[in-house]
Amino acid sequence: MEDSKIAAILEALLFVSGDPLSFDRIHQLIGGERERLMFVLLEMKKGWDQTDRGLSIIEVAGGYQMVTRPEVSPWVKVLERVKITTRLTRPGLETLAVIAYRQPVTRAEIESIRGVDTAGVLRTLMERRLVKIVGRKEVPGRPIMYGTTRWFLEYFGLSDLTALPTLKEMADLAPAEATGSSVSEPLTSEPPSAFVTAVTPAAAADLNPEAQPS
Amino acid sequence: MHGMQAIEASESGYAVKVDAFEGPMDLLLHLIKKNQVNIYDIPIALITRQYLETLDLMQSLNLAVAGEFLVMAATLLHIKSRLLLPVPEPEDAEEDPRLNLVHQLLIYQQFKGAAEQLEVRERHFREVFRRNPTPPSDATSDEVFLGEVSLFDLLSALQEVTARLPNPIVMSITEEALSISDRMQFILERTAACESLLFHELFDTMQQTSYRVIVTFCALLEVVRLGLIRLLQIDPNGPIRLVRRVTAEGDAAAGDDEDGGVIHYALHRGDNNGGF
Repeated sequence: MEDSKIAAILEALLFVSGDPLSFDRIHQLIGGERERLMFVLLEMKKGWDQTDRGLSIIEVAGGYQMVTRPEVSPWVKVLERVKITTRLTRPGLETLAVIAYRQPVTRAEIESIRGVDTAGVLRTLMERRLVKIVGRKEVPGRPIMYGTTRWFLEYFGLSDLTALPTLKEMADLAPAEATGSSVSEPLTSEPPSAFVTAVTPAAAADLNPEAQPS
Repeated sequence: MHGMQAIEASESGYAVKVDAFEGPMDLLLHLIKKNQVNIYDIPIALITRQYLETLDLMQSLNLAVAGEFLVMAATLLHIKSRLLLPVPEPEDAEEDPRLNLVHQLLIYQQFKGAAEQLEVRERHFREVFRRNPTPPSDATSDEVFLGEVSLFDLLSALQEVTARLPNPIVMSITEEALSISDRMQFILERTAACESLLFHELFDTMQQTSYRVIVTFCALLEVVRLGLIRLLQIDPNGPIRLVRRVTAEGDAAAGDDEDGGVIHYALHRGDNNGGF
């Protein structure tokens, strides 16, 4: 099959699917050499990205998806079929951030980080299908553990959990000139970077969204 | 407390408008930033005083001060009191009482930052539309957004039914011929007949005894476990609905493959004890 034909099929599949199509699924549908298919796919993706089009192809939730460009959204939104979701609240985003980086995580663990009650927020996140129950922790009381969903990845345009930005060190809170002052002696034994490495999403990388129980 | 504005007063008498605080950690971080102090060496006396002033102010503005704010106030005062105690020996290496709090604040700050980054992504991807936007789940209807029901929702719904039971009789020796299998069959027949069934409707049609309620409830748990019925709810405290799971062919779906045999067994075994 010629590359142009493959590209045409790819385009059609992405258009009709709506949902992200994983590369494996695309390969299953089109066949042929994987490397060549990937090459055609990336070339086509580049083509859509470079020109002034209304659509683009993004890599999201473990697959490829054809979506509209943000620049055209004012016109798209006028279409009544387009559902506009309400934005998440700050507590919602905060809770989601904790779950995303620390999953699987219990409510008590979230609350110990946020310092506030999280029950209502969790419920809202579950209703919005951004968060789901992934199991129970084998400790007394067997508390429920939460994790993010595939929809979470789509909602934030993330290809997978490793695409989450690494948690930033809070340099802005610790002025450089103030570090190492005499009074802070007991605390300097704990380097601030220790906090950062503990919370990278790499730990959650093995939680492939496809492999999670639905 | 989000969405509101709190007025923050300072000693010099001027008032500054700031966004209201998500919680005690948020407020503490704000005070640390505002005073430009080193987070690894928090001047506890100063921060505690300002923290308590802010709480007073929130209260005087009739903003509800959540319990967590008070817990943090207690923690701050505790730390302050420990710092006031004379240090026994310099090499006694007693842990800085602030250490725990600092650690917590640093972690919270990271997630606050992560939340801000998520918000940026949200803002961007809200302007991006896909074809045929559907909620990413199976078998939910279009017009109402139904949430899955948790076990606790189910239990509180059961509580409502048992609360309506007639006064407990001291002793009852009536022989009950109702089995869980019967009630499972009943639930499936009822849900097959109509699109959805309300939770309490399961109990309305029979003369209620606690035995029957319990058998019916167990039957419900069983059909849910077997994946024949989904329990959905529109709003958190609203009525619970039973919806039959439907496959593409329109038949009730049989959960997982390995469960298929169990359904058959459960529905057709002839015993009457219902597993009690």
